Parts: sequence; C-alpha cells; structure tokens
Amino acid sequence: MALSAEQSGRLAGLLTEHADRLTERWTEIVAGSLRGRLSQAELSRQARELHRSMVDAARQGLADLADQHGGELRAVLAELSTSRARQGFSATETAISVFALKDALLELMEEGRDAGTLRDFVAYSALIDQMGLFTFESFVRTREGLIADQAEQLLELSTPVVKLWEGVVAVPLVGTLDSARAQVVMERLLQTLVDTGSPYAIIDITGVPAVDTQVAQHILKTVVAARLMGADCIISGIRPQIAQTIVALGIEFGDIATKASLADALRHVLRLTGVETTSRRARRES
Amino acid sequence: MERVPILKIGDILLVSIQVDMSDQTAIQLQEDLAERIVATGCHGVIIDITALDIVDSFVGRMLSTIASISKVLDAETVVVGMRPAVAITLVELGLSLNGIRTALNVERGMELIAASRSDEWDEADVDEDAETTATS
Amino acid sequence: MTAGVDLGVPATQAIRSDEDVVRVRQLVRTTAVAVKLSLVDQTKLVTAASELARNTLIYGGGGTAEVVTVEDGRRRGVRIVFADGGPGIPDLDQAFTDGFTTGGGLGLGLSGARRLVDDFDIWTAVGEGTRITVTKWSR
Repeated sequence: MALSAEQSGRLAGLLTEHADRLTERWTEIVAGSLRGRLSQAELSRQARELHRSMVDAARQGLADLADQHGGELRAVLAELSTSRARQGFSATETAISVFALKDALLELMEEGRDAGTLRDFVAYSALIDQMGLFTFESFVRTREGLIADQAEQLLELSTPVVKLWEGVVAVPLVGTLDSARAQVVMERLLQTLVDTGSPYAIIDITGVPAVDTQVAQHILKTVVAARLMGADCIISGIRPQIAQTIVALGIEFGDIATKASLADALRHVLRLTGVETTSRRARRES
Repeated sequence: MERVPILKIGDILLVSIQVDMSDQTAIQLQEDLAERIVATGCHGVIIDITALDIVDSFVGRMLSTIASISKVLDAETVVVGMRPAVAITLVELGLSLNGIRTALNVERGMELIAASRSDEWDEADVDEDAETTATS
Repeated sequence: MTAGVDLGVPATQAIRSDEDVVRVRQLVRTTAVAVKLSLVDQTKLVTAASELARNTLIYGGGGTAEVVTVEDGRRRGVRIVFADGGPGIPDLDQAFTDGFTTGGGLGLGLSGARRLVDDFDIWTAVGEGTRITVTKWSR
C-alpha cells in the first residue's frame, strides 16, 4: 500500500511538529525492550537520525520504501540493523527498534483524530512494516556475513600443523570435521611435509567428537597421499565411540598405524627411527 | 621429440623430469634408463618429479614399470619430490603406484637407497661370518 | 548436469598425436589458472583432461578438445568437451569400471577422470563417436 502525496506531506508535518516528543517516546520504548544494553544517549542519537531521514523522505514525497526517495532512509535502517547484528542483539530486538515508532505515532495521532486519521495511520503503519521487514532482511544478511567470516577464520585457526620432533609433524584436530575443513587440513599437512622435509606425520583426533564416512575417507586419503609422497602417517587419539563408528561403517583402516594418544604416537615414531639404528648396531656387533 | 637426461652420481642414476612429457618421451625414458642401468652397473635410480605438475595414469604406469625393470636389473628405484596436489589427485584417480618406493626429496631418496644397500651388505657380512665360523 | 553460461570464445585443440595431448594439458592449465581454480583443483582438472585426451586419441582415433570458461552466477569454472568420430563405446557401465581396459592401460581413464571433475556428461553411439563434457568449478 503506497502513501499518497498528501499523506507523505502530512507525515512530514506530523513528524516535524512533534519531533522531540516522538523521539523521546521512541527511545523510551526501545530502551525498555533492550533492558539497558545500549546507552540512552546512543538510542536517542539513533532515534534522531531515523527521524531526520524519515522527515527528509516524507518531504520529498516518499510513497514506498523501495522508491527513489527512500534511499537515505534505507541506508540509515541498514546501518541500524548492521550495528545491532554485530552487537549480538536478536532479530526481534532489532525489529522492535523500528516497530516502536508505530506505537509512538499511534499515541500521537489518537489525540487529534478526525475522519482521515485512521486511513493515514493505516498507511503509515504499512510504511513502518516495510521498514521493519527491510531492517530484518539487512539484519539477516549481516548475520550471514558474520557467520561466513567466522567459519573462514575458524578454518584458519583450527588447523595448525606443528613440528613435534626433528622429522615429525603433527596436526591436532579439534572440533567437528566437515568435508571442506578436512580438505584444508589435508592440503596443509602435506605441504608442511614438503616444506619441513619431515617423513613422519601424526594426525591426532582426540578433539574430534564424531567421525562420519566422508571424514574417515578424507583421513584415509591423506594417509595414502602422504605415502605417495614418501611420508608415513600415524593416527592417534581415536575415542571409543569413533572406533565403534569406524567398525560399524565398515571403513577399512588397513595397515595404517593407530595409537591411543599423541604421546604413544610420538614414541612409536621415535622407536621406528631408533629401531633401525639399534638393530643395525646390533648386527655390526655380532 | 624431447629426451629426459639421465645423470650418474656415484652409484646412483638421477633422472630429473623437467618437461611436460609426451607419452613417447615417457616410453623413451623407460628404455634409456634400462640401458644405462646395465651400462653403468648402478644400483640405485632416483626419479625426481618435483617439477611435474601432474602425474596421470600413463606416467604412473611408466614409474611402476621403471621400478619393476630396475628391480630385475638389481637396482633400487625411488621416486622423489611428488607435490601434494599431485599426490591428492593420484589418490582420487585411484592410482596407488604399487611397488614404488617414494621419498620427500632427493636427499632422503639417497638415504633410502644407501640404507637398503647397506642392509644388503650387512646381511651378506653376517652370512660370511656365519660361514667362516662354521668352517673354522 | 551442465548448468552455467558460456563465457568468451572457446579455444579448440585438435588431438591427432601425442604432442597434442600435451598441448591440451597446457591449454587447460592456462584456462584453469585464469578462472582462479585452487592448485589442487587445477591439478585434478589437468589430470582428467590428460586421461580423456589420451582416450580420444587412442580409442576415438583422434578428435578435438574444446576449452571454455563458464559461470553460473556464484562461481566460475572450466568446461572441456572432448569429441571424436570413432567407434563409440558399446558398454558404458563396463567402461566406467575401475580396472577395465581394452587398450592395455590401467583402466582408470574414464572412471578416474569422472572422480576428478564436478560435472561429467557422456554421449556415445556405436559407429558414430563419443562426446564427453567435463566441468570443474571454483570453490
């Protein structure tokens, strides 16, 4: 439902005439719903900014939030919802920041009502609904962006490859392993083998809560790829539940070395390198 | 047609593949290498594939064949320097390169050959010792 | 199966000899680098192209490889069409079985190549030829 030219004109008049009262009431309602998590000063600054952009838009003859006069207003709403999303407010709390205006406006219009007031209010109400929906959409978009960024950061952070010993590197995996992450881990581990010239790698999955077929396949492929490159992988920290899953899924770990803990795995590798030298020495002595 | 050069370093033949090989070049390398093993009496072959950005099933088969041929001619083959992306692709392709020994780099490859040769010599020593004790 | 919009002019490489297989690899690699495929994806695509180009040469008696960049709104990719006018493949299921070969290879060409790409489409008719379309998308 679009606003007529007269209606937007009247809205501009109404908003200008009762500017202070409106912004005060608006701030009050929002402050109540946010329960002190934003300062009064910050809220009234936002209210004044929203008020100013609404007045500007109404003066230019705004008929619909999506038309060319709504540009500035949309920008203000987008900024409002972005900051709310980043500060961790919920979608409802963000939408109320806009819908509160409806209450403030209703209280104001009830006082000097005449025959046209109801029609005007319904039209303004529709505009505010549009603004609320727009805010909600911006909110969701911002949140989605945040989630994507965090997922990427997590991927970077959660896949460290550390050097444990001369010629031994380890990847301690923590958290859920999905296909994308497993792939990143795999590539990074193999590259580290080349960069450090380490012939042994330990994949520690103590911190992995569950393993599905796909993830198990990824780990297996990493081990096989490392072998092709001339390095050996040991898997450590397999929890009892994961061992059960692996068997239940019928995944063949074949001749891949598995150890209970990272310490056991390291001992195993050191013995592998040590055994060769001791046995050779033993032979020479004989 | 391009030919891959074969270098002799001590008891080892070193092949460093630097070009994108056509299948003909790969077959030629296989033949050249067999001849050089016999001509030089070398006991180790190192094939450095650091520069190869792909290994497909044809090159994979060539590597396996070289390993088998050199084994018959009493030489140990080690393939070194496979890139991570190549290894991942080979796994996906389903190529396991059975019977091929691999190492991360040329240095490790030489250690591997030296170790397996010395093992053989040690075993030979032990056998001789055993014989001498038996006869004395 | 083969969604996406073609971009730019496709580059065509004839496959008539061993050296042409090398040229197909190089053409595919250049295109894959241009659409910013990851290093692993580049390697997978070039390897698949190498297998399929060799198939076109050995089993199809030669043919062409057409390389084109594609886009589906979110991502870009590389599409390659291998076409030959050879004898065709009588039993597709058998041809996709790991280890099956009629040409003395390892029998990993078709099935292996399919695992290395995102989209794989094959058309074949006995006595008419074979046409294989593969696409690899950026992530």
